[in-house]
Amino acid sequence: MPATTDIVRLIVNGDRHEVGVPTHFTLLETLRYVIGLTGSKQGCDKGDCGACTVIVDGEPTLSCLMPVWEAEGRQVTTVEGLATAAGPHALQDCFDLNGAAQCGFCTPGILCSAAVLLTRNPSPSREEIQEALSGNLCRCTGYSKIYDAVEAAGRRLLDAAEAP
Amino acid sequence: MLRLPEFEYHRPTSLSDAVGLMGELSGNAMYIAGGTDLVPNMKHGLFEPRHLIALKGVSELKGIREDGAFLRIGGAETLTAVSQDLGVRTRFPALAEAAAHVAGPQLRNAGTIGGNVCLETRCTYYNQTAFWREALGYCLKKDGDVCHVTKVGKKCVAAHSADTPPVLMTLDAVVVLVGPRGEREVPIRDFFLADGISNTKRETTEILTEVRVPLAAAGRRQAYVKLRQRKSIDFPLLTVAIAAEMEADGTVGSIDGVVTALGSRPRVLTGWGEVAEGRKLDADVIEELAIRAHKQCHPLENITVDPEWRRAMVPVYVRRALARVTVD
Ligand SMILES: Cc1cc2nc3c(=O)[nH]c(=O)nc-3n(C[C@H](O)[C@H](O)[C@H](O)COP(=O)(O)OP(=O)(O)OC[C@H]3O[C@@H](n4cnc5c(N)ncnc54)[C@H](O)[C@@H]3O)c2cc1C
Ligand code: SF4
Ligand code: FES
Ligand code: FES
Repeated sequence: MPATTDIVRLIVNGDRHEVGVPTHFTLLETLRYVIGLTGSKQGCDKGDCGACTVIVDGEPTLSCLMPVWEAEGRQVTTVEGLATAAGPHALQDCFDLNGAAQCGFCTPGILCSAAVLLTRNPSPSREEIQEALSGNLCRCTGYSKIYDAVEAAGRRLLDAAEAP
Repeated sequence: MLRLPEFEYHRPTSLSDAVGLMGELSGNAMYIAGGTDLVPNMKHGLFEPRHLIALKGVSELKGIREDGAFLRIGGAETLTAVSQDLGVRTRFPALAEAAAHVAGPQLRNAGTIGGNVCLETRCTYYNQTAFWREALGYCLKKDGDVCHVTKVGKKCVAAHSADTPPVLMTLDAVVVLVGPRGEREVPIRDFFLADGISNTKRETTEILTEVRVPLAAAGRRQAYVKLRQRKSIDFPLLTVAIAAEMEADGTVGSIDGVVTALGSRPRVLTGWGEVAEGRKLDADVIEELAIRAHKQCHPLENITVDPEWRRAMVPVYVRRALARVTVD
Protein backbone atom coordinates (compact mmCIF):
# COMPACT_ATOMS: atom_id res chain seq x y z
CA MET A 1 0.00 0.00 0.00
CA PRO A 2 1.58 3.34 -0.96
CA ALA A 3 1.92 5.91 1.79
CA THR A 4 -0.85 8.50 2.11
CA THR A 5 0.33 11.79 0.69
CA ASP A 6 -0.94 15.31 1.08
CA ILE A 7 0.02 18.82 0.09
CA VAL A 8 2.00 20.88 2.57
CA ARG A 9 2.64 24.62 2.31
CA LEU A 10 5.98 25.73 3.63
CA ILE A 11 7.92 28.99 3.69
CA VAL A 12 11.60 28.11 3.58
CA ASN A 13 14.24 30.83 3.45
CA GLY A 14 11.52 33.19 2.25
CA ASP A 15 10.44 30.96 -0.65
CA ARG A 16 6.97 29.49 -0.75
CA HIS A 17 6.75 25.79 -1.46
CA GLU A 18 3.63 23.77 -2.07
CA VAL A 19 4.69 20.15 -2.25
CA GLY A 20 3.21 16.70 -1.96
CA VAL A 21 4.64 14.70 0.95
CA PRO A 22 3.93 11.36 2.58
CA THR A 23 1.90 12.32 5.67
CA HIS A 24 4.42 10.72 8.03
CA PHE A 25 7.40 12.80 6.87
CA THR A 26 9.43 14.98 9.21
CA LEU A 27 10.39 18.54 8.34
CA LEU A 28 13.96 17.31 7.80
CA GLU A 29 12.92 14.62 5.31
CA THR A 30 10.81 17.17 3.45
CA LEU A 31 13.64 19.70 3.29
CA ARG A 32 16.21 17.18 2.12
CA TYR A 33 14.31 14.74 -0.04
CA VAL A 34 11.34 16.70 -1.35
CA ILE A 35 12.58 20.29 -1.61
CA GLY A 36 16.20 19.34 -2.18
CA LEU A 37 17.80 21.48 0.54
CA THR A 38 20.44 19.10 1.86
CA GLY A 39 22.28 21.60 4.06
CA SER A 40 20.45 20.44 7.19
CA LYS A 41 22.05 17.15 8.18
CA GLN A 42 20.46 13.88 9.15
CA GLY A 43 22.75 12.78 11.96
CA CYS A 44 21.22 10.66 14.69
CA ASP A 45 17.69 11.28 13.38
CA LYS A 46 16.32 11.03 16.92
CA GLY A 47 17.01 14.25 18.79
CA ASP A 48 20.46 13.59 20.21
CA CYS A 49 22.89 15.55 18.07
CA GLY A 50 21.51 18.85 16.73
CA ALA A 51 22.85 18.39 13.18
CA CYS A 52 19.32 18.89 11.80
CA THR A 53 18.75 22.20 13.63
CA VAL A 54 16.82 24.77 11.60
CA ILE A 55 15.14 27.99 12.69
CA VAL A 56 11.34 27.91 12.93
CA ASP A 57 9.68 31.24 13.75
CA GLY A 58 12.91 32.43 15.31
CA GLU A 59 13.53 29.35 17.49
CA PRO A 60 16.24 26.71 17.00
CA THR A 61 14.31 23.53 16.20
CA LEU A 62 15.25 19.90 15.59
CA SER A 63 13.78 19.20 12.17
CA CYS A 64 14.28 15.42 12.54
CA LEU A 65 11.64 15.36 15.28
CA MET A 66 9.15 17.83 13.81
CA PRO A 67 6.29 16.36 11.82
CA VAL A 68 6.27 18.47 8.64
CA TRP A 69 2.71 19.65 9.37
CA GLU A 70 3.92 21.54 12.44
CA ALA A 71 6.00 23.78 10.17
CA GLU A 72 3.09 24.69 7.93
CA GLY A 73 2.60 28.45 7.63
CA ARG A 74 5.63 29.21 9.79
CA GLN A 75 8.93 30.83 8.78
CA VAL A 76 11.58 28.15 8.32
CA THR A 77 15.21 29.18 7.89
CA THR A 78 17.88 26.61 7.04
CA VAL A 79 21.62 27.05 6.68
CA GLU A 80 21.01 27.80 3.00
CA GLY A 81 19.06 30.88 4.06
CA LEU A 82 21.77 32.51 6.19
CA ALA A 83 23.83 34.01 3.36
CA THR A 84 22.47 36.93 1.34
CA ALA A 85 23.22 38.21 -2.16
CA ALA A 86 25.79 40.48 -0.51
CA GLY A 87 27.81 37.53 0.74
CA PRO A 88 28.05 34.94 3.47
CA HIS A 89 26.61 35.55 6.94
CA ALA A 90 29.16 36.96 9.41
CA LEU A 91 29.04 33.61 11.21
CA GLN A 92 29.92 31.70 8.06
CA ASP A 93 32.86 33.98 7.36
CA CYS A 94 34.11 33.79 10.94
CA PHE A 95 33.77 29.99 11.05
CA ASP A 96 36.00 29.93 7.99
CA LEU A 97 38.56 32.40 9.36
CA ASN A 98 38.70 30.70 12.79
CA GLY A 99 38.93 27.14 11.54
CA ALA A 100 35.68 26.34 13.36
CA ALA A 101 34.68 23.55 11.01
CA GLN A 102 36.55 20.32 10.44
CA CYS A 103 34.39 17.60 8.92
CA GLY A 104 31.57 20.17 8.84
CA PHE A 105 28.73 17.79 9.60
CA CYS A 106 27.65 19.69 12.71
CA THR A 107 28.22 23.11 11.14
CA PRO A 108 24.81 23.82 9.52
CA GLY A 109 23.01 23.10 12.80
CA ILE A 110 25.50 25.08 14.86
CA LEU A 111 25.24 28.03 12.48
CA CYS A 112 21.46 28.03 12.94
CA SER A 113 21.66 27.88 16.76
CA ALA A 114 24.36 30.57 16.77
CA ALA A 115 22.45 32.82 14.35
CA VAL A 116 19.46 32.87 16.73
CA LEU A 117 21.75 33.68 19.65
CA LEU A 118 23.42 36.60 17.85
CA THR A 119 20.07 38.00 16.72
CA ARG A 120 19.04 38.20 20.36
CA ASN A 121 22.41 39.12 21.79
CA PRO A 122 25.33 40.13 19.55
CA SER A 123 27.79 40.27 22.44
CA PRO A 124 27.18 37.04 24.33
CA SER A 125 29.50 35.87 27.09
CA ARG A 126 31.38 32.61 26.64
CA GLU A 127 28.84 30.94 28.97
CA GLU A 128 25.93 32.25 26.95
CA ILE A 129 27.48 30.86 23.77
CA GLN A 130 28.03 27.51 25.44
CA GLU A 131 24.43 27.45 26.65
CA ALA A 132 23.05 28.38 23.21
CA LEU A 133 25.10 25.65 21.52
CA SER A 134 24.55 23.03 24.24
CA GLY A 135 22.14 21.07 22.03
CA ASN A 136 24.62 20.74 19.15
CA LEU A 137 27.29 18.07 19.27
CA CYS A 138 30.59 18.42 17.45
CA ARG A 139 32.88 15.41 17.39
CA CYS A 140 35.83 17.13 15.73
CA THR A 141 36.70 20.60 16.94
CA GLY A 142 36.53 20.46 20.73
CA TYR A 143 34.24 23.52 20.51
CA SER A 144 36.84 26.23 21.41
CA LYS A 145 37.21 27.46 17.86
CA ILE A 146 33.47 27.41 17.39
CA TYR A 147 33.03 29.68 20.42
CA ASP A 148 35.82 31.95 19.11
CA ALA A 149 34.07 32.16 15.76
CA VAL A 150 30.71 33.06 17.32
CA GLU A 151 32.37 35.78 19.42
CA ALA A 152 34.12 37.16 16.35
CA ALA A 153 30.89 37.14 14.34
CA GLY A 154 29.06 38.97 17.13
CA ARG A 155 31.72 41.68 17.15
CA ARG A 156 31.51 42.01 13.41
CA LEU A 157 27.72 42.35 13.48
CA LEU A 158 28.00 45.04 16.18
CA ASP A 159 30.67 46.92 14.21
CA ALA A 160 28.51 46.79 11.11
CA ALA A 161 25.53 48.11 13.07
CA GLU A 162 27.60 50.97 14.51
CA ALA A 163 29.32 51.89 11.24
CA PRO A 164 28.22 55.31 9.95
CA MET B 1 18.30 7.26 8.84
CA LEU B 2 15.35 6.28 11.00
CA ARG B 3 12.01 6.08 9.24
CA LEU B 4 8.74 6.83 10.95
CA PRO B 5 5.95 4.33 10.48
CA GLU B 6 3.12 5.75 8.39
CA PHE B 7 0.45 7.84 10.07
CA GLU B 8 -1.96 10.65 9.39
CA TYR B 9 -1.59 13.89 11.28
CA HIS B 10 -4.59 15.74 12.73
CA ARG B 11 -4.46 19.28 14.03
CA PRO B 12 -7.50 20.13 16.13
CA THR B 13 -7.71 23.67 17.53
CA SER B 14 -10.04 23.03 20.46
CA LEU B 15 -10.02 20.61 23.35
CA SER B 16 -13.43 19.19 22.47
CA ASP B 17 -12.31 18.54 18.89
CA ALA B 18 -9.15 16.80 20.11
CA VAL B 19 -11.03 14.53 22.51
CA GLY B 20 -13.74 13.97 19.86
CA LEU B 21 -11.13 12.89 17.30
CA MET B 22 -9.66 10.47 19.80
CA GLY B 23 -13.13 8.98 20.20
CA GLU B 24 -13.57 8.56 16.45
CA LEU B 25 -10.10 7.09 15.87
CA SER B 26 -10.09 5.14 19.08
CA GLY B 27 -7.55 2.43 19.52
CA ASN B 28 -5.57 3.68 16.56
CA ALA B 29 -4.47 7.15 17.66
CA MET B 30 -2.10 8.84 20.06
CA TYR B 31 -1.73 12.42 21.20
CA ILE B 32 1.45 14.25 20.27
CA ALA B 33 2.67 17.51 21.79
CA GLY B 34 6.33 18.42 21.17
CA GLY B 35 6.99 14.95 19.81
CA THR B 36 10.44 14.90 21.40
CA ASP B 37 9.66 11.64 23.19
CA LEU B 38 7.04 10.11 20.91
CA VAL B 39 8.84 10.67 17.57
CA PRO B 40 12.08 8.86 18.59
CA ASN B 41 9.96 6.08 20.11
CA MET B 42 7.97 5.73 16.89
CA LYS B 43 11.19 5.72 14.88
CA HIS B 44 12.29 2.82 17.06
CA GLY B 45 9.08 0.96 16.28
CA LEU B 46 7.86 1.16 19.88
CA PHE B 47 4.54 2.76 18.91
CA GLU B 48 2.78 2.53 15.57
CA PRO B 49 -0.43 4.56 15.80
CA ARG B 50 -2.18 5.12 12.44
CA HIS B 51 -3.19 8.61 13.57
CA LEU B 52 -1.50 11.33 15.57
CA ILE B 53 -3.61 14.01 17.21
CA ALA B 54 -1.53 17.15 17.66
CA LEU B 55 -2.01 19.14 20.86
CA LYS B 56 0.18 22.16 20.12
CA GLY B 57 -2.64 24.00 18.34
CA VAL B 58 -5.27 23.40 21.04
CA SER B 59 -5.95 26.82 22.50
CA GLU B 60 -7.12 25.57 25.93
CA LEU B 61 -3.68 24.03 26.57
CA LYS B 62 -1.86 27.38 26.37
CA GLY B 63 -0.95 29.95 28.97
CA ILE B 64 0.77 30.23 32.35
CA ARG B 65 -1.23 32.33 34.80
CA GLU B 66 -2.13 32.81 38.42
CA ASP B 67 -5.75 32.08 39.05
CA GLY B 68 -7.30 31.70 42.49
CA ALA B 69 -5.11 29.59 44.70
CA PHE B 70 -3.05 28.15 41.84
CA LEU B 71 -0.47 28.87 39.22
CA ARG B 72 -1.96 27.18 36.16
CA ILE B 73 0.38 25.90 33.50
CA GLY B 74 -1.25 24.83 30.23
CA GLY B 75 -0.35 21.28 29.24
CA ALA B 76 1.11 22.31 25.87
CA GLU B 77 3.33 25.08 27.22
CA THR B 78 6.94 24.41 26.28
CA LEU B 79 9.66 23.73 28.82
CA THR B 80 11.42 26.86 27.58
CA ALA B 81 8.31 28.90 28.40
CA VAL B 82 8.00 27.29 31.85
CA SER B 83 11.67 27.84 32.67
CA GLN B 84 11.55 31.51 31.62
CA ASP B 85 8.16 32.50 33.04
CA LEU B 86 8.57 35.16 35.72
CA GLY B 87 5.81 33.73 37.92
CA VAL B 88 7.37 30.27 37.83
CA ARG B 89 10.86 31.61 38.45
CA THR B 90 9.95 33.74 41.43
CA ARG B 91 7.47 31.39 43.10
CA PHE B 92 8.72 27.96 42.09
CA PRO B 93 12.42 28.31 41.30
CA ALA B 94 13.02 24.55 41.52
CA LEU B 95 10.41 23.96 38.81
CA ALA B 96 12.05 26.58 36.56
CA GLU B 97 15.38 24.90 37.25
CA ALA B 98 14.09 21.41 36.47
CA ALA B 99 12.50 22.58 33.20
CA ALA B 100 15.72 24.37 32.24
CA HIS B 101 17.71 21.18 32.75
CA VAL B 102 15.64 18.91 30.53
CA ALA B 103 17.58 17.76 27.45
CA GLY B 104 19.06 20.66 25.38
CA PRO B 105 17.73 24.02 24.15
CA GLN B 106 16.08 22.84 20.92
CA LEU B 107 14.31 20.01 22.75
CA ARG B 108 13.03 22.44 25.39
CA ASN B 109 11.72 24.72 22.65
CA ALA B 110 9.59 21.85 21.34
CA GLY B 111 9.00 19.66 24.41
CA THR B 112 6.06 20.48 26.67
CA ILE B 113 5.27 20.19 30.36
CA GLY B 114 2.37 17.84 29.55
CA GLY B 115 4.69 15.58 27.57
CA ASN B 116 7.22 15.71 30.37
CA VAL B 117 4.68 14.58 32.97
CA CYS B 118 3.41 11.86 30.59
CA LEU B 119 6.92 10.82 29.43
CA GLU B 120 7.29 7.17 28.50
CA THR B 121 9.55 5.19 30.90
CA ARG B 122 13.04 4.41 29.62
CA CYS B 123 15.29 1.36 29.59
CA THR B 124 18.57 0.34 27.96
CA TYR B 125 16.82 -2.64 26.43
CA TYR B 126 13.80 -0.70 25.22
CA ASN B 127 14.97 2.62 23.74
CA GLN B 128 16.64 0.90 20.80
CA THR B 129 15.88 0.31 17.15
CA ALA B 130 13.60 -2.56 16.16
CA PHE B 131 16.68 -4.29 14.69
CA TRP B 132 18.58 -4.04 17.97
CA ARG B 133 15.66 -5.26 20.05
CA GLU B 134 14.99 -8.17 17.75
CA ALA B 135 18.65 -9.21 17.82
CA LEU B 136 18.69 -9.44 21.61
CA GLY B 137 15.18 -10.81 21.93
CA TYR B 138 12.21 -8.63 22.79
CA CYS B 139 11.27 -7.81 26.37
CA LEU B 140 8.09 -7.60 28.43
CA LYS B 141 7.47 -3.94 27.71
CA LYS B 142 7.23 -4.52 24.00
CA ASP B 143 6.59 -7.77 22.13
CA GLY B 144 8.45 -10.15 24.49
CA ASP B 145 7.98 -12.14 27.68
CA VAL B 146 11.20 -11.63 29.65
CA CYS B 147 12.73 -8.68 31.44
CA HIS B 148 16.41 -8.30 30.58
CA VAL B 149 16.99 -6.22 33.71
CA THR B 150 15.58 -8.42 36.44
CA LYS B 151 15.93 -11.64 34.37
CA VAL B 152 13.36 -13.42 36.52
CA GLY B 153 10.66 -10.86 37.20
CA LYS B 154 7.35 -10.59 35.38
CA LYS B 155 7.22 -6.86 35.93
CA CYS B 156 8.79 -4.13 33.84
CA VAL B 157 11.03 -1.82 35.87
CA ALA B 158 11.87 0.74 33.15
CA ALA B 159 12.94 4.06 34.66
CA HIS B 160 10.74 7.09 35.14
CA SER B 161 13.07 9.68 33.60
CA ALA B 162 11.31 13.02 33.58
CA ASP B 163 12.74 16.04 35.38
CA THR B 164 9.73 18.12 36.37
CA PRO B 165 7.50 15.55 38.17
CA PRO B 166 9.69 15.16 41.28
CA VAL B 167 9.60 18.92 41.81
CA LEU B 168 5.86 19.08 41.13
CA MET B 169 5.39 16.34 43.75
CA THR B 170 7.24 18.30 46.43
CA LEU B 171 4.98 21.28 45.61
CA ASP B 172 1.74 19.21 45.84
CA ALA B 173 0.75 20.04 42.27
CA VAL B 174 -2.41 18.66 40.69
CA VAL B 175 -2.79 17.49 37.08
CA VAL B 176 -6.05 18.02 35.23
CA LEU B 177 -7.11 15.31 32.77
CA VAL B 178 -9.88 15.66 30.20
CA GLY B 179 -11.19 12.68 28.29
CA PRO B 180 -14.35 11.33 26.68
CA ARG B 181 -15.81 10.79 30.14
CA GLY B 182 -15.15 14.33 31.30
CA GLU B 183 -12.65 16.07 33.53
CA ARG B 184 -10.84 14.87 36.62
CA GLU B 185 -8.08 16.15 38.86
CA VAL B 186 -5.32 13.91 40.14
CA PRO B 187 -2.75 15.00 42.73
CA ILE B 188 0.58 14.37 41.03
CA ARG B 189 1.71 12.41 44.08
CA ASP B 190 -0.90 9.79 43.15
CA PHE B 191 -0.42 10.03 39.39
CA PHE B 192 2.44 7.55 38.90
CA LEU B 193 2.28 3.77 39.14
CA ALA B 194 5.06 1.26 39.83
CA ASP B 195 4.62 -0.37 36.43
CA GLY B 196 7.19 0.35 33.75
CA ILE B 197 4.86 -0.67 30.95
CA SER B 198 2.32 2.02 31.73
CA ASN B 199 3.35 4.15 34.67
CA THR B 200 0.62 6.78 34.96
CA LYS B 201 -3.06 6.88 35.80
CA ARG B 202 -3.78 8.74 32.55
CA GLU B 203 -6.00 6.77 30.25
CA THR B 204 -4.74 6.80 26.66
CA THR B 205 -7.79 8.82 25.60
CA GLU B 206 -7.21 11.54 28.22
CA ILE B 207 -5.43 14.84 27.65
CA LEU B 208 -3.42 16.44 30.40
CA THR B 209 -4.80 19.95 30.06
CA GLU B 210 -3.19 21.73 32.97
CA VAL B 211 -0.70 21.46 35.79
CA ARG B 212 -1.90 23.38 38.85
CA VAL B 213 0.68 24.38 41.42
CA PRO B 214 -0.78 25.68 44.69
CA LEU B 215 0.44 29.20 45.39
CA ALA B 216 0.54 28.24 49.07
CA ALA B 217 3.61 26.10 48.20
CA ALA B 218 5.52 29.16 46.98
CA GLY B 219 6.74 29.84 50.51
CA ARG B 220 8.62 26.55 50.64
CA ARG B 221 12.38 26.50 50.25
CA GLN B 222 13.01 24.49 47.13
CA ALA B 223 15.90 22.72 45.50
CA TYR B 224 16.43 20.56 42.47
CA VAL B 225 19.61 18.75 41.46
CA LYS B 226 20.28 16.39 38.57
CA LEU B 227 23.00 13.85 37.87
CA ARG B 228 23.79 13.08 34.24
CA GLN B 229 26.79 12.17 32.14
CA ARG B 230 27.02 15.49 30.30
CA LYS B 231 25.67 18.86 31.39
CA SER B 232 23.29 18.98 28.45
CA ILE B 233 21.09 16.74 26.31
CA ASP B 234 21.25 13.70 28.61
CA PHE B 235 18.35 12.22 30.51
CA PRO B 236 18.78 12.13 34.28
CA LEU B 237 20.67 9.30 35.99
CA LEU B 238 19.30 10.59 39.27
CA THR B 239 17.35 13.67 40.31
CA VAL B 240 16.56 14.96 43.77
CA ALA B 241 13.83 17.50 44.48
CA ILE B 242 13.32 18.94 47.97
CA ALA B 243 10.87 21.44 49.41
CA ALA B 244 10.87 22.55 53.03
CA GLU B 245 8.65 24.78 55.10
CA MET B 246 10.90 26.71 57.50
CA GLU B 247 9.79 28.28 60.78
CA ALA B 248 10.79 31.83 61.74
CA ASP B 249 13.43 30.47 64.13
CA GLY B 250 15.13 28.58 61.30
CA THR B 251 13.85 25.16 62.26
CA VAL B 252 12.14 22.85 59.80
CA GLY B 253 8.33 22.91 59.88
CA SER B 254 7.96 20.22 57.23
CA ILE B 255 10.20 18.69 54.59
CA ASP B 256 9.67 16.58 51.50
CA GLY B 257 12.15 14.84 49.24
CA VAL B 258 11.48 13.02 45.97
CA VAL B 259 14.05 11.20 43.83
CA THR B 260 13.69 9.76 40.38
CA ALA B 261 15.40 7.94 37.48
CA LEU B 262 15.60 4.83 39.66
CA GLY B 263 12.44 2.78 39.23
CA SER B 264 9.21 3.17 37.31
CA ARG B 265 7.85 5.98 39.42
CA PRO B 266 9.39 8.84 41.36
CA ARG B 267 10.15 7.80 44.95
CA VAL B 268 8.95 9.86 47.89
CA LEU B 269 11.62 9.62 50.57
CA THR B 270 10.09 8.48 53.84
CA GLY B 271 10.94 9.23 57.42
CA TRP B 272 12.37 12.65 56.68
CA GLY B 273 9.87 14.54 58.84
CA GLU B 274 10.76 12.62 61.99
CA VAL B 275 14.46 13.38 61.45
CA ALA B 276 14.24 17.05 60.54
CA GLU B 277 11.07 18.62 61.92
CA GLY B 278 11.69 20.99 64.79
CA ARG B 279 15.44 20.98 64.13
CA LYS B 280 17.68 23.25 62.11
CA LEU B 281 19.08 21.90 58.85
CA ASP B 282 22.57 21.61 60.29
CA ALA B 283 25.28 19.19 59.25
CA ASP B 284 23.97 16.43 61.54
CA VAL B 285 20.42 16.60 60.20
CA ILE B 286 21.67 16.74 56.61
CA GLU B 287 23.77 13.65 57.20
CA GLU B 288 20.88 11.74 58.77
CA LEU B 289 18.60 12.64 55.84
CA ALA B 290 21.26 11.60 53.32
CA ILE B 291 21.68 8.24 55.06
CA ARG B 292 17.92 7.65 55.04
CA ALA B 293 17.78 8.43 51.32
CA HIS B 294 20.68 6.08 50.60
CA LYS B 295 18.95 3.21 52.45
CA GLN B 296 15.75 3.67 50.46
CA CYS B 297 17.19 3.95 46.94
CA HIS B 298 18.13 0.90 44.91
CA PRO B 299 18.94 1.76 41.29
CA LEU B 300 18.68 -1.06 38.76
CA GLU B 301 20.45 -1.86 35.52
CA ASN B 302 17.55 -0.27 33.64
CA ILE B 303 19.63 2.67 32.41
CA THR B 304 23.17 2.59 31.15
CA VAL B 305 25.28 3.75 34.05
CA ASP B 306 26.44 1.38 36.82
CA PRO B 307 23.71 1.07 39.47
CA GLU B 308 26.21 0.88 42.34
CA TRP B 309 27.70 4.21 41.36
CA ARG B 310 24.27 5.77 40.92
CA ARG B 311 23.38 4.51 44.38
CA ALA B 312 26.54 5.99 45.85
CA MET B 313 25.56 9.31 44.31
CA VAL B 314 22.21 9.39 46.15
CA PRO B 315 23.57 10.77 49.45
CA VAL B 316 25.94 13.08 47.55
CA TYR B 317 23.08 14.66 45.59
CA VAL B 318 20.77 14.77 48.62
CA ARG B 319 23.46 16.72 50.51
CA ARG B 320 23.86 19.08 47.56
CA ALA B 321 20.13 19.68 47.36
CA LEU B 322 19.85 20.24 51.11
CA ALA B 323 22.72 22.71 50.96
CA ARG B 324 20.64 24.72 48.50
CA VAL B 325 17.58 24.58 50.74
CA THR B 326 19.58 26.11 53.58
CA VAL B 327 20.92 28.98 51.48
CA ASP B 328 18.93 32.21 51.76
C1 LIG C 1 18.06 13.54 23.35
C2 LIG C 1 16.92 13.70 24.29
C3 LIG C 1 17.18 14.05 25.61
C4 LIG C 1 16.15 14.21 26.52
N1 LIG C 1 16.46 14.55 27.80
C5 LIG C 1 15.47 14.67 28.73
C6 LIG C 1 15.78 15.03 30.07
O1 LIG C 1 16.93 15.27 30.42
N2 LIG C 1 14.76 15.09 30.96
C7 LIG C 1 13.47 14.85 30.61
O2 LIG C 1 12.60 14.95 31.46
N3 LIG C 1 13.14 14.54 29.34
C8 LIG C 1 14.11 14.46 28.38
N4 LIG C 1 13.79 14.15 27.08
C9 LIG C 1 12.40 13.80 26.75
C10 LIG C 1 11.50 14.91 26.26
O3 LIG C 1 12.19 15.81 25.42
C11 LIG C 1 10.84 15.73 27.36
O4 LIG C 1 10.46 14.91 28.42
C12 LIG C 1 9.63 16.52 26.86
O5 LIG C 1 9.12 17.30 27.90
C13 LIG C 1 8.52 15.65 26.31
O6 LIG C 1 7.46 16.50 25.92
P1 LIG C 1 6.83 16.45 24.45
O7 LIG C 1 5.82 17.53 24.41
O8 LIG C 1 7.87 16.49 23.41
O9 LIG C 1 6.15 15.01 24.49
P2 LIG C 1 5.63 14.10 23.29
O10 LIG C 1 6.76 13.37 22.69
O11 LIG C 1 4.76 14.89 22.39
O12 LIG C 1 4.70 13.10 24.11
C14 LIG C 1 5.23 12.19 25.07
C15 LIG C 1 4.11 11.26 25.52
O13 LIG C 1 3.15 11.96 26.29
C16 LIG C 1 1.88 11.99 25.63
N5 LIG C 1 1.42 13.37 25.78
C17 LIG C 1 2.11 14.51 25.49
N6 LIG C 1 1.42 15.59 25.88
C18 LIG C 1 0.27 15.14 26.42
C19 LIG C 1 -0.86 15.78 27.02
N7 LIG C 1 -0.95 17.11 27.13
N8 LIG C 1 -1.87 15.00 27.44
C20 LIG C 1 -1.79 13.65 27.34
N9 LIG C 1 -0.76 12.99 26.81
C21 LIG C 1 0.27 13.73 26.36
C22 LIG C 1 2.13 11.53 24.21
O14 LIG C 1 1.02 10.82 23.71
C23 LIG C 1 3.34 10.63 24.38
O15 LIG C 1 2.93 9.36 24.80
C24 LIG C 1 14.81 14.02 26.11
C25 LIG C 1 14.53 13.69 24.78
C26 LIG C 1 15.57 13.53 23.88
C27 LIG C 1 15.25 13.18 22.47
S1 SF4 D 1 12.79 -3.10 32.55
FE1 SF4 D 1 12.75 -5.14 31.59
S2 SF4 D 1 10.71 -5.31 30.66
FE2 SF4 D 1 11.04 -3.15 31.14
S3 SF4 D 1 11.86 -2.25 29.26
FE3 SF4 D 1 13.64 -2.88 30.48
S4 SF4 D 1 14.12 -4.98 29.81
FE4 SF4 D 1 12.07 -4.48 29.06
S1 FES E 1 19.56 14.55 13.36
FE1 FES E 1 18.13 15.68 14.50
S2 FES E 1 19.08 15.77 16.44
FE2 FES E 1 20.43 14.43 15.35
S1 FES F 1 33.26 19.67 12.56
FE1 FES F 1 33.00 17.51 12.53
S2 FES F 1 31.33 17.25 13.90
FE2 FES F 1 31.78 19.34 14.13
